[in-house]
Amino acid sequence: MIPSAFDYAAPTTVEEALGLLAAADSAGDDVKVLAGGQSLLPVMKLRMADPSMVVDLGRITGLSGVTDDGDSLTIGAMTPHHVVASDPLIARHLPLLAKAAATVADPQVRHRGTFGGALVHADPAGDMPAPVLAMGATLVIAGPNGERSVDAADFFQGYFTTAVREGEILTRIRVPKFTGWGAHYEKFTRVSQQWSIVGIAAMVRVEGGTIAEARLGLTNMASTPLRATAVEQALAGAALTAEAIAAACLHAAEGTEPASDLNGDAEYRRHLAQVLAKRAVLAAAGL
Amino acid sequence: MASSKTITVEVDDVSYTDDVEPRLLLVQYLRERLGKTGTLIGCDTTNCGACTVHLDGVSVKSCTMLAVQADGHKVTTIEGMATDGLLAPLQEAFHQCHALQCGFCTPGMIMQSASLLTENPHPNEQEIRDGLEGNLCRCTGYQNIVAAVKSVADGTVYGDSGVSTTVDDAETAGVS
Ligand SMILES: Cc1cc2nc3c(=O)[nH]c(=O)nc-3n(C[C@H](O)[C@H](O)[C@H](O)COP(=O)(O)OP(=O)(O)OC[C@H]3O[C@@H](n4cnc5c(N)ncnc54)[C@H](O)[C@@H]3O)c2cc1C
Ligand code: FES
Ligand code: FES
Repeated sequence: MIPSAFDYAAPTTVEEALGLLAAADSAGDDVKVLAGGQSLLPVMKLRMADPSMVVDLGRITGLSGVTDDGDSLTIGAMTPHHVVASDPLIARHLPLLAKAAATVADPQVRHRGTFGGALVHADPAGDMPAPVLAMGATLVIAGPNGERSVDAADFFQGYFTTAVREGEILTRIRVPKFTGWGAHYEKFTRVSQQWSIVGIAAMVRVEGGTIAEARLGLTNMASTPLRATAVEQALAGAALTAEAIAAACLHAAEGTEPASDLNGDAEYRRHLAQVLAKRAVLAAAGL
Repeated sequence: MASSKTITVEVDDVSYTDDVEPRLLLVQYLRERLGKTGTLIGCDTTNCGACTVHLDGVSVKSCTMLAVQADGHKVTTIEGMATDGLLAPLQEAFHQCHALQCGFCTPGMIMQSASLLTENPHPNEQEIRDGLEGNLCRCTGYQNIVAAVKSVADGTVYGDSGVSTTVDDAETAGVS
């Protein structure tokens, strides 16, 4: 399967890329940004997308990599999934992110697909948005009028829709450190290398025999990732026991609006959310 | 009309410069322009891994990459794995362990296994299975594929004789 014909540019700076996007837009071109291509190229091959112009971010230096800013880590949008899954700074300070990235697709797709691409693509079944929401990350977007920062809570706006507008580029993601927190990403699929039917991103901070704080993100329980606020509240101050965790996780489906599809109906997904939340929190707490 | 681009790519240690349409997929460039038909197209939808090659040493699915994205990079295909007429250890191991039946998945399996062993030289069985999750085989049931990769990781690939096979000996292991 071959995509429709398109013009191609590979700028080497963000400014050049923004200029190309603006020029293409005013020329009436249907322009698309290309990152790892692991979602865009498949849809172009199926001709579900047929941009007349593609701007490839792959040759811009400085959009990939992880830097330590003291209280937070900054991760370039073009950092591939396999680096997010294996980077020592991420493993130490953002273990939830490393664990979620390791579950994305398969090794070849993780070598090409990027962290930023997965966030802008915003597939409800994608594994990276829920951890980013749970960790309260800040997303930095470059556009014709300079840069703006958007909280994860405002970034994911709907089915495949984010705060990134036409002519803009997501450049980096700033994530506060969660050093010392326990973390786990529990993903439910029927076959390997599949998208999440439901996924749970869980982080807990344990103090003595109690759970001091918890953060949970839900994958594929609505058109956007969600925080499991009711579970977080029930876990805060709860005893570090399997019973207390199980009781708290009964709230996991509250406020969710899961879709019904071939992989399962909404009721099944609500049930999965409770079961998987319990597994995720138990694993995060080391029980 | 979309304009073509000039790319220079090193494939299996030979440098090529060509004009390509931006929409040309890397796998088509390899097969149709360079005649490197050792790299196969199975699903054409990023699922089966038959088209796996190395880009600067790491595995990618060449049906899900544009040839223009490979400009300035180094690509290794199954055809670049043997050296001086001798099969690479993984090719030898697939041959010895009977890790193929129809052989259609084999070039991709070997390229992904090589990438896995670079990242993790001593994987256990589960790590091998996870490392090959993006490669489908419709024939073998995977058991002998896993055994072949394990034998390379364990250094037992040359078996009893200690003699390795030449490319001419083996019409198998995805080299033809
Ligand atoms: C077989 C297969 C299985 C997969 N399984 C999973 C899975 O289990 N879980 C999962 O989470 N994902 C999965 N994916 C998707 C994978 O994670 C992709 O890498 C990701 O969705 C898109 O990242 P990309 O870098 O490839 O982006 P691209 O495909 O290049 O782009 C995707 C979209 O985002 C836009 N975009 C990308 N980067 C930017 C940017 N920096 N600024 C502005 N716009 C941008 C593009 O214009 C495009 O619209 C799978 C993909 C395949 C092919
Ligand atoms: S042909 Fe590329 S993954 Fe199947
Ligand atoms: S040997 Fe036939 S598909 Fe693997």
